[in-house]
Amino acid sequence: MSMTGNTAEARRNDAHVARLLDMYRTMARIRAFEERAEQGSRDGLVKGAVHLSIGQEAVAAGVCRNLEQSDFITSTHRGHGHTIAKGADVGAMMCELFGRAGGTCEGKGGSMHIADFNVGMLGANGVVGAGIPIAVGAAHGIRLEAEAAGRPDPRVVVCFFGDGAINRGPFLEGLNWAQVYKLPILFVCEDNAWSATTFTRALSAGPGPAARAEALGIPATTVDGNDVEAVDRIAGTLVAKVRGGGPAFLLATTYRLKGHTAADAGAYRKAEEVAAHLARDPLPRTAERLKALGVEAGVVDAVVRDAAAELDDAYARAKAAPWPDDGLAFTDVLDVGAGTWR
Amino acid sequence: MALTYLEAGRRALAEAMAADKRVVALGEDLGRGGVFGQYKGMQEQFGPGRIIDTPISEAAIMGTAVGMALVGRRPVVEMRFSDFALCAVDELINQAAKARYMFGGQGRVPVVVRQPIGMWRSSAAQHSQSLEAWYAHMPGLAVVCPATPADNYGLLKAALATDDPVVYMEHKDLWGLEGELDAAPVPLGKARIARPGRDATIVTWSKTVHVALAAAAELDRNGVSAEVVDLRTLWPWDKETVFASVRRTGRLLVAHEAVQVAGFGAEIAAVVAETLDDALKAPVRRLGAPRIPVAYAPPLEDRARVGAADIAAAVRALVATTRRAAAAE
Ligand SMILES: Cc1ncc(C[n+]2csc(CCOP(=O)(O)OP(=O)(O)O)c2C)c(N)n1
Repeated sequence: MSMTGNTAEARRNDAHVARLLDMYRTMARIRAFEERAEQGSRDGLVKGAVHLSIGQEAVAAGVCRNLEQSDFITSTHRGHGHTIAKGADVGAMMCELFGRAGGTCEGKGGSMHIADFNVGMLGANGVVGAGIPIAVGAAHGIRLEAEAAGRPDPRVVVCFFGDGAINRGPFLEGLNWAQVYKLPILFVCEDNAWSATTFTRALSAGPGPAARAEALGIPATTVDGNDVEAVDRIAGTLVAKVRGGGPAFLLATTYRLKGHTAADAGAYRKAEEVAAHLARDPLPRTAERLKALGVEAGVVDAVVRDAAAELDDAYARAKAAPWPDDGLAFTDVLDVGAGTWR
Repeated sequence: MALTYLEAGRRALAEAMAADKRVVALGEDLGRGGVFGQYKGMQEQFGPGRIIDTPISEAAIMGTAVGMALVGRRPVVEMRFSDFALCAVDELINQAAKARYMFGGQGRVPVVVRQPIGMWRSSAAQHSQSLEAWYAHMPGLAVVCPATPADNYGLLKAALATDDPVVYMEHKDLWGLEGELDAAPVPLGKARIARPGRDATIVTWSKTVHVALAAAAELDRNGVSAEVVDLRTLWPWDKETVFASVRRTGRLLVAHEAVQVAGFGAEIAAVVAETLDDALKAPVRRLGAPRIPVAYAPPLEDRARVGAADIAAAVRALVATTRRAAAAE
């Protein structure tokens, strides 16, 4: 039933609102996951370092809204959001962070190596920039499979990376490769201004990541990464283009609202800078937008409440889950000569 | 005054930089103290021209250091984790380690490559590795693995005074360890008897020195006297001290955190077996991690750990073995 009448335009509006509400739900689930990951880190339940994507949820939600389960993504050390947006199970993810049985990677990976191949999430990465050639290779793999089958393959790869990664060699090597072979890949540079404690722009020559892509002939678009409607719209256009072959580049400007890791207070940043960006927090912004589009406040609030309940449950289950069998330490090492001493 | 392992390294570098303007340090986030705080306050002291903040560009950090060195600077390269130094392996192995030799001695590459190693708080497979054996394998590189604050001071000073490349591997789990510094210089290639003993020699380095000391204390309570040799540097390694110890005890265990297969323990075991066969009362033994990546979840991670109980059990087994030849004496 339409909220605004039964014209074609009204139906389009309804579809738009439903899509936005859906992306808001993804963002709220990511936020709820990250807040509990932070809590778990404080409580000693999350064992290793954890890099939170709080403030960057709109990029993951907006881009992945345009992907099918059969499409692939790669991510970074800050990968929970991308993984959730691609459809991974948050309960299994929380178990992975807690190092408990039932984790997405059997407890072998943890936060920094979160992955769920069942939904096309080919892995976060502990090494900055390392995901770029891997994503390009996945795109090349799709191409090879299509050629072998003798028919087009609609699948694409989205490669998420941070602004800090553009100064590593694999960035240049990966982008060049994708363009030379005209591969179906969308590069998404999530510019959150900082690389650990370094203001990235201070150590990056030239006008920025998009210009570097353009220098290789890869079309680049810049978007406000805290505006999920804009991210969705532009990513939609680019993903459609990439499905036909040939890479594209999306620079999404955003901000890391938390420290580099959950253990980092981020004291090297000015309080005013953080405050200014808090005012642009994509979650309240999307909530306001939904209300302006006529969605009742109760519906918008319920999204956040439901996400909190879902993730509270995931947290409690992960906390209660047993440790994994330590024999798993020796599995999946190598088929010819498994994990052993000799 | 007691200093931590971390502070001891910082003091060694600060003193070297104060004494020699050619010494500079380059790496990511050094201006804010480095990722573990090893460089805290140093940019304020020496300026951003000498404590150089770099982009996330390991290959360029290492490669430019080679260039700086060839024209007379003495760079300290900070790789953050030994795992990330793998992004600069060409620059280190094909360039830094070989430039002096390939060019017939026309140039030297006095760089100190700091690469923190080791398992540390569920850091998983890409932030936990101990790769010292890789570098010990490479002609042209010295390899240093300090175990104590005194050695992190003395050995870093020695590394900084070396005119050829030194891979300098601090252990992440030792940053907070406190100890007194020693003013006496610590030369590269000189081992230390960390605990004297009669029945067996444990050769080890880095954090495993402390694990071996705990094992030796436990063995002692049960009437087995183990000598712990802290090798300190893997290349050059102190054959003299190791041989002398094994001659006295007649038994050798080499223990390390790194994977046992093709670990540096294999080299020591082989050389001792080749050289001291007559003195050995039991076959030499090695103890390292199984050939598995380091996992994240604590129970899995623990399976890659060499613990004090493992070392003690290996020593007990050694002491229980007596070769026929020795028994016939
Ligand atoms: C090759 C490599 N060098 C250094 C690091 C340490 N490190 C981890 S995250 C990070 C900052 C990355 O910044 P950016 O790519 O902008 O991503 P963000 O953390 O902002 O999401 C650094 C330097 C690493 N993981 N890998």
